[in-house]
Amino acid sequence: MGPAEHDRPHLPAPTIGPVGFAVGVVVGLVGLIVNPLWISTIGAAIAVIFLFVWAREATAELRGRHVAAQPEVREAGAGDAPATAGEAAVPPAEHGERFPRSKFLEASTLGLGAVIGGVVTVPVAGFAILPAFLGQRRHEVDLGPVGDLVQGQWYIATFVTDPKEAVTSRRTAFVRNNGAVASGSAQVPSFTIISNRCAHLGCPVQANGPMGKPKTEKTANGPVQLYETQPAGFGCPCHGGQYDNEGNRTAGPPVRGLDRYDFEIKNGRLILLGMYSVSHVDGTGAQAKIHKYQLAGPGEHVVGIEQIFYPLQPPHH
Amino acid sequence: MITRRGPSKAQVRRERMQAAVNFPLDWLEERSGLVGGVKYFIFRKVPGDINWMQTLGSATLTAFVVQAVTGVILAMYYQPTPAGAYSSIQNITDHVTMGWLVRGMHKWGASVFIILMFLHMGRVFLFGAYKYPRELNWIVGVLLLAMGMMEGFTGYLLPWDQTAYWASVVGINLNGTAPFLGPWLAQFLRSGQEIGADTLTRFYSLHMLVLPGAIAGLIGLHLYLIIRLGVTSPPWSKEAAGEVRADEGSPELRSGLTRPGPRGGNGNGDAA
Repeated sequence: MGPAEHDRPHLPAPTIGPVGFAVGVVVGLVGLIVNPLWISTIGAAIAVIFLFVWAREATAELRGRHVAAQPEVREAGAGDAPATAGEAAVPPAEHGERFPRSKFLEASTLGLGAVIGGVVTVPVAGFAILPAFLGQRRHEVDLGPVGDLVQGQWYIATFVTDPKEAVTSRRTAFVRNNGAVASGSAQVPSFTIISNRCAHLGCPVQANGPMGKPKTEKTANGPVQLYETQPAGFGCPCHGGQYDNEGNRTAGPPVRGLDRYDFEIKNGRLILLGMYSVSHVDGTGAQAKIHKYQLAGPGEHVVGIEQIFYPLQPPHH
Repeated sequence: MITRRGPSKAQVRRERMQAAVNFPLDWLEERSGLVGGVKYFIFRKVPGDINWMQTLGSATLTAFVVQAVTGVILAMYYQPTPAGAYSSIQNITDHVTMGWLVRGMHKWGASVFIILMFLHMGRVFLFGAYKYPRELNWIVGVLLLAMGMMEGFTGYLLPWDQTAYWASVVGINLNGTAPFLGPWLAQFLRSGQEIGADTLTRFYSLHMLVLPGAIAGLIGLHLYLIIRLGVTSPPWSKEAAGEVRADEGSPELRSGLTRPGPRGGNGNGDAA
């Protein structure tokens, strides 16, 4: 094919096929509303007939029939001088920017694209990331009247921290009433409340001992089960971490002791507050000296050289 | 003079049938170049002495396609809510027609996908196919491997049974022990301080939208680089070592990365 042949229009001859097909489709669709049986059938028939006509015309060239194409005619004008001569020829290159506007348009396109991208990305990224860190509320948990917890007895307490989250917020703590302890001149109740979240990787630690029938306390958070138990320490089923009755690590991979709950006594009821992390505990029961740290995730060191790896904790409740 | 006889009826019919088949292909080709593109992709030249081991990559791709298709269908029945997840999995397994099969394909196909990725990686390593100029494809492959593992991690939570729950607790807390940003990463993954409804939907979104999209894009890049750079000859290839096969022409005719000549040699590699 020489360049001259490209000048000839390569368009199919005007045809009625597509128009008739479109009319048939429209009639068929209108017929679906007006009269599905008759008008739609007529529309479908029109569409099929013109589809056939269209196909015949489109394949005419393939089937060997000569197709008459109207040659495109251009009017000869003054501007049609050969491109290699006269004013139509490429002017000699000028110094400086030939199209200074194109640079501006390029920059503004990129700038505008960046602005649009930013406007879209910032809220979307914020929506994806921030809710995990903001508005994390602390849920207080009512474990029932203090008097129901026999002094010196261990209980496995299971409760729901957020009734709206239902079973996915069910947690377990080991609770022991240590009785009253002198704090200055006043007598203050003492409890040991240990979280069952293993300090290795967060599996549920079990009490190493028999477990009695549950006693159910009705609370604002729904029923709380209290199982009596006589633990000989606590053990984790996942990777074998072992702890003593104060939650000190005795064996296995945990990096610190078990976390504990802060608590308060409100109207004679035991209320769990937030959690805190513990490196280790000296002594037992009411006389225990707890080495307390801000709540850290499982596996994170709170003492020793490794604590430098966790300088900044995400917001906790 | 002999008048030439016209084509026979059978010939005419055959030609018409060919024209009928070619017409839609030509239509598509004229407007998009897609037919030529697909031909270029499928019928491109590869070294003459390639090995069955070099099909591991396309096997991995097939495993990914199986995961994508079965995953899309599982998403039609699965409910990513704490109350509905486990029961919808039970429903898929026990009640939906052939649900046990599609879920099984997805579950076991996940392992097949990971195993094939490792085998493919081993082949590339042992064949030295990661070397110049294919380093970037190795890097893309490593990203694909990481994303495939993340698919496994996020998908494991979705059945929402005890295994899924506690495995995810452990997995997220493992991420949490990473230095400095670990605790933040863990909190991002569980969408808060505890695993809950948001964790499940987050993992579901990552598992079925974010990661597959990223993997598909990276596979496109991976394939583009393969097509651009060509398939490597095995390390024992005599052809790649510059030895001419009996049915080949002169070394000067051999060219391009699909038939690499010895590096820094007589210039028969890229000369033609």
